[in-house]
Amino acid sequence: MKKLIATLLFGLSGIFATADVAMAQNGPLRIEITDGVIEPLPFAVPNFVAETSGAGQLAQDIARVVAADLSGTGLFREIPKEAFISNITNFASPVQFADWKAINAQALISGAVTVEGGGNVSVKFRVYDVFSGQELGNGLRFRGTQDGWRRMAHKVADAVYSRITGETGYFDSRVVYVSETGPKNERKKRLAIMDYDGANLKFLTDSNNIVLAPRFSPTGDRVLYTSYETGFPRVFVLDVGSVTRRVLEDQSGTMSFAPRFSPDGQDVVFSITEGGNSDIYRMNIGSGRRTRLTSAPSIETAPSFSPDGSKIVFESDRSGSQQLYVMDANGGQATRISFGQGRYGTPVWSPRGDLIAFTKQSKGRFHIGVMRVDGSEERLLTASFLDEGPTWAPNGRVIMFTRETQGANGSSSLYSVDVSGRNLKPVRTQGGGSDPSWSPLQQ
Amino acid sequence: MMGTLSKSVILCAVVALGACTNPNSLGQGGGAGAGSGVSAIEPGSASDPTSPAYFQQTIGDRVLFLVDQSTLTDEGRAVLAAQAGWLNTNSDYVAIIEGHADEQGTREYNLALGARRSNAVREYLVSQGVAGNRLKTLSYGKERPIEICSAEACYSQNRRAVTIISAGLSS
Repeated sequence: MKKLIATLLFGLSGIFATADVAMAQNGPLRIEITDGVIEPLPFAVPNFVAETSGAGQLAQDIARVVAADLSGTGLFREIPKEAFISNITNFASPVQFADWKAINAQALISGAVTVEGGGNVSVKFRVYDVFSGQELGNGLRFRGTQDGWRRMAHKVADAVYSRITGETGYFDSRVVYVSETGPKNERKKRLAIMDYDGANLKFLTDSNNIVLAPRFSPTGDRVLYTSYETGFPRVFVLDVGSVTRRVLEDQSGTMSFAPRFSPDGQDVVFSITEGGNSDIYRMNIGSGRRTRLTSAPSIETAPSFSPDGSKIVFESDRSGSQQLYVMDANGGQATRISFGQGRYGTPVWSPRGDLIAFTKQSKGRFHIGVMRVDGSEERLLTASFLDEGPTWAPNGRVIMFTRETQGANGSSSLYSVDVSGRNLKPVRTQGGGSDPSWSPLQQ
Repeated sequence: MMGTLSKSVILCAVVALGACTNPNSLGQGGGAGAGSGVSAIEPGSASDPTSPAYFQQTIGDRVLFLVDQSTLTDEGRAVLAAQAGWLNTNSDYVAIIEGHADEQGTREYNLALGARRSNAVREYLVSQGVAGNRLKTLSYGKERPIEICSAEACYSQNRRAVTIISAGLSS
């Protein structure tokens, strides 16, 4: 925890070293996000330059989304416009570094927007390390449709984030979740998809049937979920582009739930309950061929693949209480990895492969936590009346989950928290929400 | 709960269409006096011992469970013995047994737990002579609480398995 503060390095180059940067350390403008940061890095994003008539609003909007993405990480702090000494009105003109240095902007992002023919837009940007007076990386341009301007803004922010932190970003991503309305005893649920920041909301199902726990495919093109559409809980697969769905598993006398894709998107792992007993199965989506991975009289559910596809982490109450286990992706002997006090469920392997996020229930409270894949170094990130169902940001740095409030008027909403435990905040949704699943970065 | 009620209302309309439209028979022969006189009993109403409404209200359509348990209590077994008796008498009916959990638990686990509960009920009914092909099971996990407070008084009512009667053998 303490170490990372020291790794918040401010840039300078030896040649331009002056009194005010002499106290900073060597190296480029950089945040090492090993364990979160305590002092966010100040940055400035002046309005992007409109290079064609009619691009003015877009230029402003894109700059705002870039700033919101960066600020939202908790790693960066935006310097408000009111503090600016100068502005950027020409993308090609030299930057007046002294003006930005004076307001302590350590990073400066300049950009320009051009509206082209045919409803297309191009956005270019540069990132500056103000205190070294140098550009960080090279200028970059994105081109796309005007409707997709938010995605371009997210791509700019991802590039900025990546250049400063050395990590892949996560802003150009989506979240599929269960939108909730109505009181607890008459709750209506429907699948919804939105940008990670809550924009561009779209519903994927109606609210006539209960739907639960959607899960993105590794490329974000499909969603697995559980629906009561047939009268019984069944795993469905839905094509996001065409919004068409089909039931994956429809064996009479059973129910199926808790599905997740394999990393290659070809297989699904999920639970089937037969005669009151839930076990884990793996099915090839193309052929429908099914393999049983566990055979125990206990509850085996919530399976999640390791990113290399070789292992599966799942929960089981075979020991007498809900705990986490890891087994080979084709079944066989399982190793228990959770040993702390309380119950553990809904394990999810991080996309980086290094951690497993989980829900923990202990002493009447719920927590989202992470542990190494061998169960060591458990850390609880949240605590509340009811937190559950973590999902990882594509870069493995942020976790989104469901938080439900207590009492007769209790409701569910989405929250996110840094893997360090910092920057806990609600995710913007329309109405209530639960069971988020974070997509990979969009292509 | 909503599902339970609406299903029995529909059934009343189907099974006893004539009686349901006859206001004269309403309010007579209710509850304890159900067997007292043929003319007083409205077919399909709660006073008709062969009706799903009677099953729900007089026999008792649900059993409750302890925290994180799917073992039947003595009280639960008594209710189920009566349910089995009714089902054995009224053999034209089939049933779906819904298992439920309270909100203290993760979604997937509670689905599995609700399935254990509905299965425990099914197995008991089968042990009492009800044909297995008349009994389907279903779990709602924590998705359909009937009581909404976040306290044991509500949780104890939500940890339940409900036997829902419907007409006719279906495939």
